[in-house]
Amino acid sequence: MASVSLLSTKGLSRHFGGLKAVDNVDFTIIEGEIRALIGPNGAGKTTFVSLLAGRIAPSAGSIEFLGKDITDRPAHKRVRDGIAYTFQITSIYPTLTVFDNVALSAQSALRRHPGSKRSDIAEKAHEALGRVGLADRKGEKAGTMAYGHQRLLEVAMGLALEPKLLILDEPTQGLSDSEIESFCRLVKEIATSATVLLIEHNMPVVMQLADTITVLNHGQILAEGSPSDIRANAAVQAAYLGTG
Amino acid sequence: MAFGPFLLLATLEGLLQAAVLTLTALGLSLVFGVMRVVNVAHGELYMLGAVVAWWVASMFSLHPAVGFFAALVISPLIVGAIAFASERLILKRLNYDPESTIVATIGMLYIIQQTVLLTYGPDARPVSAPFYYRIQLPWFGYSGYNLFVIAAAIVLLLAVWFVLSRTRLGLIMRATQFDREMAQAFGIPIERVYAFVFAAGAMLAAVAAVLIVPIRQAHYLMGLDPLLLSFIVVILGGLGSLRGTVIAALLIGLSDGIISVFFSPTLAKIISTLLVALVLVFKPEGLFGAKAR
Amino acid sequence: MRVIALHVGVLAALFLVQFVLPDYHHLALTRVMLLAIYAMGYNMLFGYTGLLSLGHAMFFAAGLYVAGMTAYYTDLGVPLAFLIGICCGAALSLVIGVIALRTTGVAFMIVTMMFGQVAYLTITYFTDYTRGEEGLTMPTSARSFDLLGLHVDLTNAVQRYNLALGLLALTLLVIFVVVRGPIGRVLIAIRENETRTLMLGFDTFRMKLGALVLSGTISAMAGAAYGLMFAYVGSTFATIQYSIEALLFTLLGGAGTVLGPLLGSILMFYMIDITSEYTQAYLLVTGVALVVLVLFFPKGILGTIRERWLPWLP
Repeated sequence: MASVSLLSTKGLSRHFGGLKAVDNVDFTIIEGEIRALIGPNGAGKTTFVSLLAGRIAPSAGSIEFLGKDITDRPAHKRVRDGIAYTFQITSIYPTLTVFDNVALSAQSALRRHPGSKRSDIAEKAHEALGRVGLADRKGEKAGTMAYGHQRLLEVAMGLALEPKLLILDEPTQGLSDSEIESFCRLVKEIATSATVLLIEHNMPVVMQLADTITVLNHGQILAEGSPSDIRANAAVQAAYLGTG
Repeated sequence: MAFGPFLLLATLEGLLQAAVLTLTALGLSLVFGVMRVVNVAHGELYMLGAVVAWWVASMFSLHPAVGFFAALVISPLIVGAIAFASERLILKRLNYDPESTIVATIGMLYIIQQTVLLTYGPDARPVSAPFYYRIQLPWFGYSGYNLFVIAAAIVLLLAVWFVLSRTRLGLIMRATQFDREMAQAFGIPIERVYAFVFAAGAMLAAVAAVLIVPIRQAHYLMGLDPLLLSFIVVILGGLGSLRGTVIAALLIGLSDGIISVFFSPTLAKIISTLLVALVLVFKPEGLFGAKAR
Repeated sequence: MRVIALHVGVLAALFLVQFVLPDYHHLALTRVMLLAIYAMGYNMLFGYTGLLSLGHAMFFAAGLYVAGMTAYYTDLGVPLAFLIGICCGAALSLVIGVIALRTTGVAFMIVTMMFGQVAYLTITYFTDYTRGEEGLTMPTSARSFDLLGLHVDLTNAVQRYNLALGLLALTLLVIFVVVRGPIGRVLIAIRENETRTLMLGFDTFRMKLGALVLSGTISAMAGAAYGLMFAYVGSTFATIQYSIEALLFTLLGGAGTVLGPLLGSILMFYMIDITSEYTQAYLLVTGVALVVLVLFFPKGILGTIRERWLPWLP
């Protein structure tokens, strides 16, 4: 199977005054893989994916998605192109019902198919909720749910967008062990129809899910490879143990 | 009068405006800086300062100086107490939510203004200045009291600066402004700081009003102009920046005074209001403030 | 559906009540209906999109003055003056929107307040044409017009009432359709969590701009109608106080509900009317109402009813 580059960056950088949060990063993600992005705190992971999602503008470099240069493309257009982003700190509509939350995503996605009706939106919303296991909670007010369920809702919202690339920013943070287990199963299922980019601190999850791991430190790529390669990499260990 | 002396007169008038405006705007800036609250009723607290001053002076009517200085002490205290009460009763209950507090302070604006209308009435009433002394310059005579006001404002400004930068109280206030959660973690009683700051802001406005009332008279509608001008000053100078507020107040006070003498005051207001709106849109940190992190 | 029945019922009630009202209230209700349109326009931006404007009087005044001055200074006739007033209101809201929507929250409130002040001051500055606070009274030629073969006499109370009711019904329909449709859902989403809505792929700036233009245009229409119907334009309609009234009516009746502004307008109008018979300080009612509402009933009357008992209320 030929590996198709879904998204790639060339020399991508972002400075905040004197601080180089992201420094000259060349990064490529292959269609269909589960890619993990790890690194110690402050390594620039969230800044990097924010650049990919279009939430902040780069100081230098370029981003290509599906063969097109999207460096100057505004965030909402990137979503329509197929990049979905879930926030590190859960960002949903707490006063709306679970169903209404997902229905908004579905509404957005269905704009690509003119002529769709309200029933199409409902169908798509139900489907997404079913995939994450929240179908029986659809009438609940989103803000009253437990944190783990809110995170699942956010993933459902991402799924309803029919993304080609789903970016998950620390999705297991705050989840219990059993919730993390079912989450891993969910990600594997998602990866059959979309490419997943995962920022994670939870090493067992990363080792279990990732096809390839990219390690970021001080805004630069420290190492890249399969889980076993990364596990054995001395530089990575040093970075995490705090000497880097 | 020749142009030169005329300009000097306009400048003196502008300085007077600037002096009073600086104190008033400082009150607003302090409240926004520390509490992140926009107090739309600020102008009415200013007006209240003037009205209470009239009331106090009319009680101590033996000698204008006694009445005036009594008012200078008592009026800010009363206005501060009213501000303190409204902070506890209203603002605190709203949890200082930015939009709700604006709506609430608009309500307070009407309540204060209309209550004054009901009790004090719609007339403008003068308060006697503590002294009458005409300084005779080569080209014109100028009221010594006006200069006293300018001097008093400078003294007060220095006092505020001193408190903010050299005392523990000032340190607490600045810490709360800089990082509220951190300050709380260090055991600073945020709620009490807020109540105090809100009262202090009101007191500054009240003092400014007491100083100006022998020149301007006390009237229930006198709060709107100072409110708008203070907004302009605070936004241009950068919210929470003491130095910015002073510089902007000087600029606005002087230019408003000078432009009003040479051109139409309405035009001056149009320009300054428009300028402020555009600054807020394009350079929200003001002309002197630091860019928000 | 009961939702449609409710709205038709309200309109029908307003239609029928004109036959039993004494003259004073007949006139008052005509005014209130136009003010309700103004508030409904405001609600579009505040209640549904979550943007609190403190300068909305400028849109009302734009419609009022442009329509009024067109009828006063030219002989283009009332219908054309009305349309021109609305168009200018739309244009103004577009310009203001493009600039002001670069800010949100508190900054937006202050920016709109400042622009509103500029509008008021400009009207005062050009007092040669606008006669400032004293205002302009419409000439006789602007007191009636012919449209589509019908002769409409604006000095006739009955015709005025039904014209106002017609405009109200039209506004109600437009708002209902927008708010209950996909656009309305996105506006509410923007109100609840703008970042999230952006990251769901919606162009939030364009949607906010659209909401502001619709809001300003509706308010301008109310102003144009008011000036032409009551034959008077004056600068008091452009003051900050007038902007705050839009906020008050909407808050009282229930922001984010379709009928809220109408209810709020009727209630507040009569509250002020009754109070001003006893005292000069009737604005005290405004102040107390604002504080009480924001402290205890931020959702307003219909909003609270919707939350507690009738979740289907639009």
